[in-house]
Amino acid sequence: MGMTITEKILASRAGRAEIRPGDLVSVPVDVILANDITGPLAIHEFRKIGVEKVCDPAKVILVPDHFAPNKDIKAAEQCRILRDFAREQGLTHYFEVGRMGIEHALLPEKGLVVPGDVIIGADSHTCTYGALGAFSTGIGSTDLAAAMAIGEIWFKVPESMRFEFTGTLPEWVGGKDLILNTIGRIGVDGARYRAMEFTGPALRALLMDDRFTMANMAIEAGAKSGIFHVDEFTLAYVEERATRPYRVFSSDEDAAYVETHTIDAGGLEPQVAFPHSPANVRPVSEGRGIEIEQVVIGSCTNGRLSDLRIAAGLLAGRTVHPRVRTMVIPATQEIYLQAMSEGLLRVFVEAGAAVSTPTCGPCLGGHMGVLAEGERCVATTNRNFLGRMGHPSSEIYLAGPAVAAASAVLGRIAHPGEVAA
Amino acid sequence: MRFTGRIWRVGDNIDTDVIIAGRYLNTINPAELAVHVFEDLDPAFPARLQPGDVIVAGRNFGCGSSREHAPLALKAAGVACVVADSFARIFYRNAINIGLAIVEAPGAAAIFGEMDEAEIDLAGGRIRNLSTGNTLDVAPYPDFIQQIVRAGGLIPYVQAKVREMGVNPRP
Ligand code: SF4
Repeated sequence: MGMTITEKILASRAGRAEIRPGDLVSVPVDVILANDITGPLAIHEFRKIGVEKVCDPAKVILVPDHFAPNKDIKAAEQCRILRDFAREQGLTHYFEVGRMGIEHALLPEKGLVVPGDVIIGADSHTCTYGALGAFSTGIGSTDLAAAMAIGEIWFKVPESMRFEFTGTLPEWVGGKDLILNTIGRIGVDGARYRAMEFTGPALRALLMDDRFTMANMAIEAGAKSGIFHVDEFTLAYVEERATRPYRVFSSDEDAAYVETHTIDAGGLEPQVAFPHSPANVRPVSEGRGIEIEQVVIGSCTNGRLSDLRIAAGLLAGRTVHPRVRTMVIPATQEIYLQAMSEGLLRVFVEAGAAVSTPTCGPCLGGHMGVLAEGERCVATTNRNFLGRMGHPSSEIYLAGPAVAAASAVLGRIAHPGEVAA
Repeated sequence: MRFTGRIWRVGDNIDTDVIIAGRYLNTINPAELAVHVFEDLDPAFPARLQPGDVIVAGRNFGCGSSREHAPLALKAAGVACVVADSFARIFYRNAINIGLAIVEAPGAAAIFGEMDEAEIDLAGGRIRNLSTGNTLDVAPYPDFIQQIVRAGGLIPYVQAKVREMGVNPRP
């Protein structure tokens, strides 16, 4: 019997001809990532192991992005732990404020993650890199510490679920809507411990940005990883960035899947996840009456250039509703610069939105847009858990950049067509 | 390992944001984290939790963020064990790695009520509700996980492995 792309990557790394779901394998890793929340804990544990140096200073990547630029004194101390460790260990890739970005937007952009890789990160959204045809998964700080020391990690080979997207994407429907709809169908533990393989003709039309968005949210269905096959668009993206050789794997025709879901993208409206679960998904039209106080356009899910272009397209020549605070957060410095040269930042500021330097900031209730009691926010982020963005009684509605921008203009959850018309 | 404890019930899909909110993640000190555990579910929760208490949850406990601060906070708050119908995978790994006792027992949420008394017998593979007499058999950890648990967590396990491999030892 054939193997899936995920099984092939893990088999190749484990030096085995064949691998089956449920097998326990120990594999060398290509990238070991941590941020200013998980990194200090990993470094603390690493010190106990009894090795002097990390396995490979080019593999360990540290990005202070969550509470950076330092939001308070304690956060400043956490960021300093990362910085000092990077210097002490001579890490090749440490990204300081002013040169950084949100980790999961930054690494692909810098060509530090490539097809065929095995990537681990002490951040649950490490699954983002599956968009490049890599096996990539989130772990905790202690697992990361161990991998920093020995350069490998154990995995149970996941079963794979196949998601086939058919039809033609309607206007205003993008990767975020597809993944929200998927999570809505299967629930927040619908893919628990499994790999989600995204495929089908509707995905051909997606930009790499949208594929990152989809793989990013695999964890919101409980998945170990999300993965796409490499096509000419992936190669075009990777060719101009890759810092290392890459390997392209693909699923066999007769590979086995525990479940296959077919989703007709042609019939979808833009989607919104209502509080307090990313699986509480409804078509945007069901949210139309809901008034909001804040909009956040950014994060590792939708803070990329194409997201900003879509938002700017709707905000150009219009203004943010008087009741609404709108935060636009380009995910990396390169995206920021590109948005500046395309005039997008000007559009945002003229519309009455605040533009921030790259940071996770409000996405995890850190800074730059924390919600007060009872406030409602439309966010292009990935989690609307209770209290995620601030006060436990505040509410987060997850959506793509088009719905977010339209909602900013109308002061309530809105279909982009209501604004663009 | 066998112990008894008072039960706190929580629901399905308890995420790590609710276990320890993002705003407290500017420290890695377990004692500082422990005083905020489950605070957004109920502000009085941290004060009511006593050492030796057992959390019984429904499906997918510990979903969401990979923050190891969540199992660390529970452990530092004195939680003796988390029993759940199922666990999210990163939380499961993290709990094993840091030595927080967890028991995956489908059906557990249905047989325990708030404030019931539980007896957890990890070695014997059985949990019992002492208040009602209901029991549930629990599958043992897979072999590999047992090795980590026996070593006392992932760090002691890796310490031994590093000595074996002889990788760049500290002078
Ligand atoms: S943007 Fe949000 S989800 Fe993404 S890495 Fe930062 S905190 Fe996590």
